Amino acid sequence: MQTPDPVPAAGMAANAPPSTIGLPQVRSPMVALTLPFLLALFLVPALHLLTSPDSALHLSDFFLTLVGKILCYAVVAVAMDLIWGFGGILSLGHGLFFALGGYSFGMYLMRQIGRDGSYHADLPDFMVFLDWKELPWFWQGTDQFLWAVVLAVAVPAAVAAAFGFFAFRSRIRGVYFSIITQALVYAAMLLFFRNETGFGGNNGFTDFKRILGFSITSPVTRSVLFVLSGLLLLAALHLTFWLTRSRFGRVLAAVRDAETRVMFLGYRPEDYKLAAWVISAMLCGLAGALYVPQVGIINPGEMSPANSIEIAIWVAVGGRGTLIGPVLGAFVVNLAKTYCTSHFPDYWLFLLGALFVAVTLYLPEGLMGLRARLASRATPQQGGSRRASDTHRSRT
Amino acid sequence: MQPLLMRFLLLLGLSLCLLTARAEPLRATPVPPPAPLAAALASLLGDDPDARSQAVLDLALSPDVRARTVLQALREDGLFVFNTQALLLTGEQWVSAQSGQVVPVPADAAAPPEQVTVNNRLRGDVVKALALGDLRSPDVAVRRAAATELSSEPPIPFAARMALAAQAESDAETAQILRRAAAQALLASPDAGVRLQALATLAGSGEPSIAALIRPLTTSAEPDAAVREAARHALTDIQQRLFWGDLLDRLFTGLSLGSILLLAALGLAITYGVMGVINMAHGEFLMIGAYGAYAMQGLFQQHAPGLQAWYLAAALPVGFLAAALTGVVLERLVVRHLYGRPLETLLATWGLSLILIQAARALFGPQNVSVANPFWMSGSLILTPSLVLPWNRLLIIAFAVAVLALTWGLMQRTRLGLYVRAVTQNRPMAACVGVATQRIDTLAFALGAGIAGLGGVALSQISNVGPEMGQGYIVDSFMVVVLGGVGQLAGAVLAALGLGVATKLLEGWTGAVIAKILVLVFVIVFIQKRPQGLFAQRGRHADA
Repeated sequence: MQTPDPVPAAGMAANAPPSTIGLPQVRSPMVALTLPFLLALFLVPALHLLTSPDSALHLSDFFLTLVGKILCYAVVAVAMDLIWGFGGILSLGHGLFFALGGYSFGMYLMRQIGRDGSYHADLPDFMVFLDWKELPWFWQGTDQFLWAVVLAVAVPAAVAAAFGFFAFRSRIRGVYFSIITQALVYAAMLLFFRNETGFGGNNGFTDFKRILGFSITSPVTRSVLFVLSGLLLLAALHLTFWLTRSRFGRVLAAVRDAETRVMFLGYRPEDYKLAAWVISAMLCGLAGALYVPQVGIINPGEMSPANSIEIAIWVAVGGRGTLIGPVLGAFVVNLAKTYCTSHFPDYWLFLLGALFVAVTLYLPEGLMGLRARLASRATPQQGGSRRASDTHRSRT
Repeated sequence: MQPLLMRFLLLLGLSLCLLTARAEPLRATPVPPPAPLAAALASLLGDDPDARSQAVLDLALSPDVRARTVLQALREDGLFVFNTQALLLTGEQWVSAQSGQVVPVPADAAAPPEQVTVNNRLRGDVVKALALGDLRSPDVAVRRAAATELSSEPPIPFAARMALAAQAESDAETAQILRRAAAQALLASPDAGVRLQALATLAGSGEPSIAALIRPLTTSAEPDAAVREAARHALTDIQQRLFWGDLLDRLFTGLSLGSILLLAALGLAITYGVMGVINMAHGEFLMIGAYGAYAMQGLFQQHAPGLQAWYLAAALPVGFLAAALTGVVLERLVVRHLYGRPLETLLATWGLSLILIQAARALFGPQNVSVANPFWMSGSLILTPSLVLPWNRLLIIAFAVAVLALTWGLMQRTRLGLYVRAVTQNRPMAACVGVATQRIDTLAFALGAGIAGLGGVALSQISNVGPEMGQGYIVDSFMVVVLGGVGQLAGAVLAALGLGVATKLLEGWTGAVIAKILVLVFVIVFIQKRPQGLFAQRGRHADA
C-alpha cells in the first residue's frame, strides 16, 4: 500500500496510444457522436414548441429547463476534465469561474429589466434599496449584450490567469492547489455576500424580464437558450478533443504524469498548466452566462465550496480524461439529484456522499472505465492504483 | 435687602460648590439645595408642568424620609388632594403627606379627596426619581436595574448623586453605567462651566460609550467655543486610550481564535504528516466532539442534575472517544484503500463528511442545538472598562495549551509517538526496521480525530453547535498545517496563533471578508517563499 504500484499510467493514456508524436492522429469519437447529438438537440425544443401540452410526446417547461441546466453543467464538467483529467490539477473552486460568468451576464439581464422592477427606477432594484445614486464603475456598459458576453469570458479568464500565474509559478501542486482553490472560492463567496460589493449581496440577481428584448420566459427564448447550451457543449467537446490530441495536450498530459521530467526536458510546465487552466475557466464562464437566463437567478450560493466540489464528482463518475465521460457524469448525477431531492430529500446527501466514496474506491475510471474493465475481465490486475504523479506526497 | 442677601448666599454656595468640584469634580456639582418637602408638595399640587417635574426631582434629592413615600404613592396613583392638603391613603386612614399625621376626613365632606393626576411626563420623572433611591438597595439586581433606568436621559440634578453612587458601587458593570449616566447629565447642563468641568474629568475615561457622549460636543451643536475645544482634547485622549484597549482586545480575541485553530489543526497536522492525505471530514470530528458535549449535557440534566455544572468533565473523554472511534472506522473502511492517491482521498473524505453531516442532521435535527456554559465558564474577567475577557475564551486558551502539552508528550515521550514520527519521516525505512506502519496509520488517524473531538467540546462553549459547524474549519486548519510545515508541532502552534491574531487585527481595519482574502493571499505568497513552511524538515524526505 505504501509504495506506488508500478501500474501503467491509466486514464488519459488508456485512450490515446502512448507517445503518439509523429504518428497519424486517432480519429476523434466526436465525429461519430456529433450528428446524433445535434439531432437530439433540436428534437427536444421542437417537441416542446410544436406539440400540444397534453400530447404524449410533449416535453414540459420543467424538462427543458432541467436539461438546459445540465447541458451547462456538462460544459463545466468538460472544462474540469481538461485540467483534472489531462493536467492532473484538481480544482475545488471551479464554481467561481462559472459564477463569475453568470454574474457578468446577469448584469446585462438586470439592466434589461429597465424600469419594470418593483421600484420602477433606472437602477437595479437592489441598488435603489441600498440607496445608491448611480451605477458603480464596473456596471458601465453592461447594458450592451456583446460587452456582457465579453465580460463573461474575460472576467473568469483574468481571475484564473492572475491566480494561476502565482499558484503555478510557486509550484503549488496536488492537494495544496486543491485546498487553495477551495479557499479562493470560499473567500469569493463571502465577498459576493456583501452588499457593498455591488452584486446584490445575499439575493444576487433575479426577476429577469428580457434578453435582447425578448421575454425571458417565453417558450421560444427558452428553446433558443437550450439549443445554444447544447451547441456550446458541442463546441467545448470539439475544442478539448482537439486540444488534448494536439502537441499542447501531450505536453499537458506529460506534465500530469511526470512534471519534473518534463521540466528537465526543457519545457516550462507552468505555462502549459496556466494555459489549460485559463481555457477551462473561460469555458466555465460561458456556461455560467448561459445558465443564468435559463434558471433565472444567480446568487453567491453558486460559489459555495460544496457546489464546486460536486463538479469534481461529475467528472469522477463519468471517468476522468475521457471528455465524453464527464458529460455522462454530469447528466447521471444531476438527474439523480433532481429525482432524489424531490422524492426523498433526506437521503440525497447520504447518496451523494456514498457516491464520492464508492466512485473513488471502486470505480476510479468512472462509467467510461467500467466498459473497458468489463471487457478486460479476462486479463487480471487492471485498475487499482493510478498515475505515478499522484503517488507523490504532493509537497512543494 | 433680603433678596440681595439671598443672591449673595447663593453665589457663595455656588462658588463653594465649584471649588469643591475642582477638587473632586464629579462628586459635587452646583445643585441648588432641594426645596423642603412642603414646597415640593405645593408645586406638585399646582398646575405648572415644569414646576411639578422639578418638584419630583427635588423629592428624589430630598433627605426627608417621607419624600420617597410620596414618590411611591405618585407612582401608584395614591396621592390625593383635600383642602389644598396632600394626603396619602394608608389602610383605611388618610395621612398627611407632609407630616405623616392622621387627617380626619368627614365621610360626608362636600368635596372628597381627589386623586392627583400623573401624566406620562411626570410618571417618567417619578420612575427616575425612585430609581435614584434604588441605587442604595442592597440587591445588586435592583441597583443595576435602577442604573439602567437612569442611563437614558438622566436628569441633570441627579449627576452628583449618581457619581457618588458609582464610587460606592461594588458591581463593576453597574458602576460603569452610573458613571456614564452622571457624565451624560453633566454634559447636558445648560451651564458651560459645568460642561467644561465634566469634560476635564471624563478625559481620563477609557470607555467607548463616554467617547460617544463627548463627540456631539465637538461639533457646532455646542455653542461654547471653549467647551468645543476641551471636548476635542478629551475625545483624542479617550480615543488614544481606546485604541490601545482595542488593540489588546483584538490580540486577545486573536489568541482565542488561534487556540481554536490550533485544536482543529493539531489533529490534521498529525494525519497529514503521517499519511500525506488531507482529510476533508476533519471538521466533522469537531462536530462530533461538540455533539458529544451536547449529549453529555442532556444526560446530566436527566440523571444527575446536581452535577450539571461538571458535565464538561464527562464530555471531554466522550468527545475524544466518539471522534477517535469514527476516525478508526473511516480509516479502516476508506482512507487506507486510497493511500498514494491524495486527490482521490480528498474527494472520498469529502463524501464522508457529507454523510456525517447528514447523519448528524438525522440524529439531532437540522437546527443548531444549544450547549450552555456551566457557571464557571460564564462571565468575564474585567481588567479595564475596555478590556473585558470572557472566562470561556480564557479557559479555552488554557485548554488548548493543555492539549498541546499532552500531544507533545505523546509524540516525544512515548513509543507510539516515536513510531508516528518515524513513519512521518520515512515510511519505507520505518517499515524496514519493524514498525507496523498500517497499525500506526490507524492509531495516528484515531489520535488526530480524537484531538479534533476535544476541540469540538471546546468549540461547543463559544459557538453554535450544528451539523455544518465543522465545514468552515477545514480550509483554516489546512492553512495552519501549510504555514507550520508538515509534522511540526511547534510550527503548527506558531502558525495557528499567528493566523488567529493576524486575522483579528486585520478584521479591525478592513472588515472580516477582506481580512480573510488578505490572509489567503498571504498564505499563497508565503508558500512561494518558503514552500516547506515555517519549520522545514531537513533531509531527503522533504522532496519525496
